[in-house]
Amino acid sequence: MAEEKTIKLEIFRYNPETDDEPYFDTFDVPFKEDWVVLDAINWIKDHVDGTISHRWSCRMGVCGSCGMMVNGDPKLTCAAFLKDYMPGPIRVEPLANFPVERDLIIDFDPFMEKLTKVKPYIIRKNDDVNDPTGGEYLQSPADLALFKQYSMCINCMLCYAACPVLGHEPSFMGPAAIALGHRYNLDSRDEGTYERLDIMTEHDAVWGCTFVGECSVVCPKHVDPAGAIQGAKLSAALHSMKLDIVNEMFVFPKGAGK
Amino acid sequence: MSDFIQHDVVIIGGGGAGLRAAISLAESGLSIALVSKVYPMRSHTVAAEGGAAAVIKPNDSLEDHIYDTISGADWLADQDAVEYFVNEAPKEMTRLEHWGCPWSREPQGKVAVRPFGGMKIERTWFAADKTGFHMLHSLFQNTLRYPQLKRYDEHFATKLLVDNGRCCGCVAVELKTGKVKTIAGKAVIMATGGAGKIFPFTTNGAIKTGDGMSLAYRAGVPLKDMEFVQYHPTGLPGTGILITEASRGEGGILVNNEGYRYLQDYDLGKPQPVDSPAHPVKRTMELGPRDRLSQAFYWEREKGRTIKLPAWNNIDVVMLDLRHLGEAKIDKKIPFVRELSKNYVGIDPVTDMIPVRPVIHYMMGGIDTDINAATTLPGLYAAGECACVSINGANRLGSNSLTELLVFGGKAGDNAAEFAKSAKDLNVAALTQQGNEEEARVKALMNDDGTESIADIRTAMQSSMEDGAGIYRTESSMKATAEVIAEQKERYKKVQVKDHSGAYNTQLQYAFELGCMLDVAEALVHSANARTESRGAHQRLEYKERDDDKFLAHSMAHFNADGGAPKIDYKDVVITKWPPGARTYGKDSGLKRK
Ligand SMILES: Cc1cc2nc3c(=O)[nH]c(=O)nc-3n(C[C@H](O)[C@H](O)[C@H](O)COP(=O)(O)OP(=O)(O)OC[C@H]3O[C@@H](n4cnc5c(N)ncnc54)[C@H](O)[C@@H]3O)c2cc1C
Ligand code: FES
Repeated sequence: MAEEKTIKLEIFRYNPETDDEPYFDTFDVPFKEDWVVLDAINWIKDHVDGTISHRWSCRMGVCGSCGMMVNGDPKLTCAAFLKDYMPGPIRVEPLANFPVERDLIIDFDPFMEKLTKVKPYIIRKNDDVNDPTGGEYLQSPADLALFKQYSMCINCMLCYAACPVLGHEPSFMGPAAIALGHRYNLDSRDEGTYERLDIMTEHDAVWGCTFVGECSVVCPKHVDPAGAIQGAKLSAALHSMKLDIVNEMFVFPKGAGK
Repeated sequence: MSDFIQHDVVIIGGGGAGLRAAISLAESGLSIALVSKVYPMRSHTVAAEGGAAAVIKPNDSLEDHIYDTISGADWLADQDAVEYFVNEAPKEMTRLEHWGCPWSREPQGKVAVRPFGGMKIERTWFAADKTGFHMLHSLFQNTLRYPQLKRYDEHFATKLLVDNGRCCGCVAVELKTGKVKTIAGKAVIMATGGAGKIFPFTTNGAIKTGDGMSLAYRAGVPLKDMEFVQYHPTGLPGTGILITEASRGEGGILVNNEGYRYLQDYDLGKPQPVDSPAHPVKRTMELGPRDRLSQAFYWEREKGRTIKLPAWNNIDVVMLDLRHLGEAKIDKKIPFVRELSKNYVGIDPVTDMIPVRPVIHYMMGGIDTDINAATTLPGLYAAGECACVSINGANRLGSNSLTELLVFGGKAGDNAAEFAKSAKDLNVAALTQQGNEEEARVKALMNDDGTESIADIRTAMQSSMEDGAGIYRTESSMKATAEVIAEQKERYKKVQVKDHSGAYNTQLQYAFELGCMLDVAEALVHSANARTESRGAHQRLEYKERDDDKFLAHSMAHFNADGGAPKIDYKDVVITKWPPGARTYGKDSGLKRK
């Protein structure tokens, strides 16, 4: 029998209850053509060391749980194939720019606060969002296309791990949250743009971005948060200069009653 | 001592059903806890692709949706529940539209619909092929407008609190710290999703371990119709990743090793050429129901007409051909199918056929509820995949489940609010004591003398479920599986949890989940063995026919606290206007009413 091919994984370990400092554990994992880095971590947890902690669920690149640094780059580990890292080793670490809770798990709560802050929901002046009796709000395919891309974010946090601003300014709202705020501003059904722009023009929001653009490079869903931030900056600038009339004419879809 | 927290209503589960319930409750003025073992947007609703059914087009009718659902269910659905579901569906879907869901649209701005398997007419709303993702994120984001909702993210429920014959909350472990919390409430909604992970090959994510079913079962609520498990006919080999039915709704076809559209041999009608304007014909061929398509695969394999590819460890597959749709349509209507195929099997459906095989997908059965989403335990409600109302009967129609989350999630929220408003005060001392006992049990699981590995027990359970409770079942295969599950339950008593930390002790979580899966597997295989007929997704080789005299009834599995097999009894199906008939596809499949 041919010897089974293996690949080395170096895994970041840190348990706040027992470790003063993080360290790396090394494991030899069977190499399989169709395995992703997440499969390798799961194999280790099942067969070698059950105390490794990491997040995952869907294994199909849509739940956004499994983001980690793989050889220094932020990746969805369920979409990072071992074969692309042969012959190894592969170094797996928690996402950069976040406090580490344990092993490969980062603290996600600050992001939840940022997300809540941008009011990511439809705001209507007459507050009719719970009332279905008038039927659907109409929205043309063209109006949908204005924001569709920015609605594809899976909150995987790869863009936060790649963003140099967040590296030294953890309070920066960050690409995913700004893109989402902008997504609702562009939605023809929404009438909450100015409420949101008030928040997005605060300190630590859109103006924090120095337009490095790494967020769009690492985004696994092609959301282009950098593009969203540029759009948001434009509308924010006009809003600050009390030129919302220009916003209404050029930035946001017509008929939205902004 | 465990922390004691009190709310009016406790929701367990932050997927589509739990979030929908939360929105109802947020409007009620009550204090609400939303407990979820993952951040809500990680819930497995996120993975749903194809769409959600509701009648809105002038060429459609509520009655057709009702009939498609009932016949699709092989008459095991409760007809009052189906009627209620179909009537409410358009309102619920419109609400979701108001909450920001980016539905795909027609040129004039109305919501677009697409055909789906087993449906007579196109009525499935979709957001390209990421419908579940958009629904879940829209629902979750919409809940952020309600500061009164108190979320307990990454809290893992391990037990229901029951006092004086009434459900009064749950005990949960905070994953971040390992702290055990007693979260009391006057009413509880279970919305914990399915249990596909009891099988080895599934479209379900890691979190779908049947926890809520097990918690309710152990609290004395029966599990209903557990033998009905849906195989989806088109999963990718190896990973089990789903290729949505929308790919066939848009015109994709299935072929065997001879390039032949084999479904025509299985009483599913005649194929139309792919370039004919009539293709695809609804309720016919590739748009037949999932149970029948998965069964056809089984027989093709028996006949040696499937394909084995070394690249997929020689697992049997058939081919899903989308090439005739062309790149533009694939990118517009089913872009995620292209992304998944390219990433996970290295195939571009624009130029090549996709290898697919049946894969465990959905649990029709679950916690027994009535049409009000109420269980037999006062104060406990259930909705979504963990519940069985039942509208899905012996076979769920694709795209009914996402809508079900909304209709019955909302209903559970409304009714739980009513219950909580008039319920007596909680017995804090008794509940605190239960919380402390549960804390002791949790701590005891982290012991040094466990010898049995979580992964070994899990693997043994999963492979025996596939052997004994797969697409076709026999008495001997099910009995063998029941024995294996009983053995695994024994081994589980000595399960090893080496990790004793508080922070993110995922080994402890996996151990809990395994215990839940064993409960669900046990209920499933015993319910299956007791049903000596073939109906919908439950097919037996020795009992090939449907037996309405004996089995036009819901099976009810009751937990046996003494450790033996569950007791199985039956409850009548509610038949109102649609008497049981022959389930026909591919030909006249019109309405038949009493
Ligand atoms: C790949 C795929 C595609 C699908 N496509 C479609 C489709 O196109 N159309 C359709 O109608 N249906 C589809 N379905 C089915 C449908 O998506 C599911 O049935 C539905 O989303 C289940 O929703 P839910 O809210 O019941 O559960 P889930 O979304 O699974 O959520 C369960 C929640 O419960 C929580 N939970 C579980 N256990 C615990 C615990 N112990 N303590 C605390 N919290 C807990 C989880 O954290 C999670 O928040 C698909 C399913 C899959 C797998
Ligand atoms: S496990 Fe869901 S995105 Fe990777």
